[in-house]
Amino acid sequence: MSTLFDHDKPIYLQIREKIEDQIVNDQLKEGEQAPSTNQLVSFYKINHATVSKGINQLVEEGILFKKRGIGMFVADGAKGVLVQNRKDAFVDDYIVGLVREAEKLGITEKEIVQLISKVKRSDSE
Amino acid sequence: MTLNVLVNNLSLTYGSYPALKDVSFMLNEPKIYGLLGRNGAGKTSLLSILASYQEQTSGAITIGGEIPFENAKIMQDVSFIFSKDYKDESDNVKEALKYVARYRSQFDLKYAEYLVGKFKLPLKKPIKEFSKGMQSALNVTIGLASRSPITIFDEAYLGMDAPTRDIFYRELLEDQSNHPRIIILSTHLVSEMDYLFDEVIILHKGSIVLQEDFESLITKGSSITGAAEVVDEFVLSMKQLNTQQLGNTKSVMVYGELNDRDRKVAQQKGLEVGPISLQDLFIHLTEGDD
Repeated sequence: MSTLFDHDKPIYLQIREKIEDQIVNDQLKEGEQAPSTNQLVSFYKINHATVSKGINQLVEEGILFKKRGIGMFVADGAKGVLVQNRKDAFVDDYIVGLVREAEKLGITEKEIVQLISKVKRSDSE
Repeated sequence: MTLNVLVNNLSLTYGSYPALKDVSFMLNEPKIYGLLGRNGAGKTSLLSILASYQEQTSGAITIGGEIPFENAKIMQDVSFIFSKDYKDESDNVKEALKYVARYRSQFDLKYAEYLVGKFKLPLKKPIKEFSKGMQSALNVTIGLASRSPITIFDEAYLGMDAPTRDIFYRELLEDQSNHPRIIILSTHLVSEMDYLFDEVIILHKGSIVLQEDFESLITKGSSITGAAEVVDEFVLSMKQLNTQQLGNTKSVMVYGELNDRDRKVAQQKGLEVGPISLQDLFIHLTEGDD
């Protein structure tokens, strides 16, 4: 198994997230051809069945669509849907953990906001 | 066209040594089958019967409904690729390919030449002067380009270096998606090749341990990690393959699908449930009592 994957999450989810990332980052644009299952299998050295499971989820959700005999393409509006999904998950995935950890360490809300500004400043420098 | 392979209670004994014991299985889809077994498990014995290189002691085998042994029609459709001895082969690659093309009706010479290029095999040098890895690359070239409905690669990678094996795996997947057929890969390089298999057959001491879809097989194994007493209690009624302990942290590999309730219970008890690799499953399903 490839070392590009971590062990505590099903690989098919990680495969779909890698493709989602490429769409969100504009590496894969709407209407463009997505990598084929075979290309993904050879590249990541992940089993066909596992790759297909991840890809099929994206097809079912309308992020990718199949053109018979040609391959897989990024659907119109795919990026918007993915960004919205991630915004919806943002609170659960990031904020909840941040708030809990801050409570444990006794960091106040005001301090959190200050820390966020500080990180943003150093990023933009 | 897919020929199906039907093996029923097949046994093979060498003198009094049982190499294969009551082996039964069916291959009926154009897929890549991984045949896994430790040294001496009987992989080559089984494959050589499939390829009509020898006859079983008892039991039955049919390919496309016919008995393959000394059956020219069936033998034509089965390619058996293994680590062949080329020490007396004065032919070069060109001549060897021409020879194969004569008796393999679906042989694709253009594709063979493409593979020869990929593997960077010299065209005019006598094959007996090739390194082991180059000879294996030639075998694989012949195996892929023959496009036989049943193609068997019996540890065909022997002597190939890692980049060459990688070319083999890549071309195998590519050609299989363009020309689906029954491909059997026998190997003990499990961790390196596991992503190639659609279905897995594990042979141990001459018997079939399991035959299963890669995906369902892999979801059957899990590792349960956490505080030793909690782990012990959780895995009590499960089939345990292996246990590791570091201080008070214990990790147990279990075999058997966990349902949603099991997972929830594990989570509530603070246990970590992780996937395990085919290699781990293979090691622990074929170890012990020897």
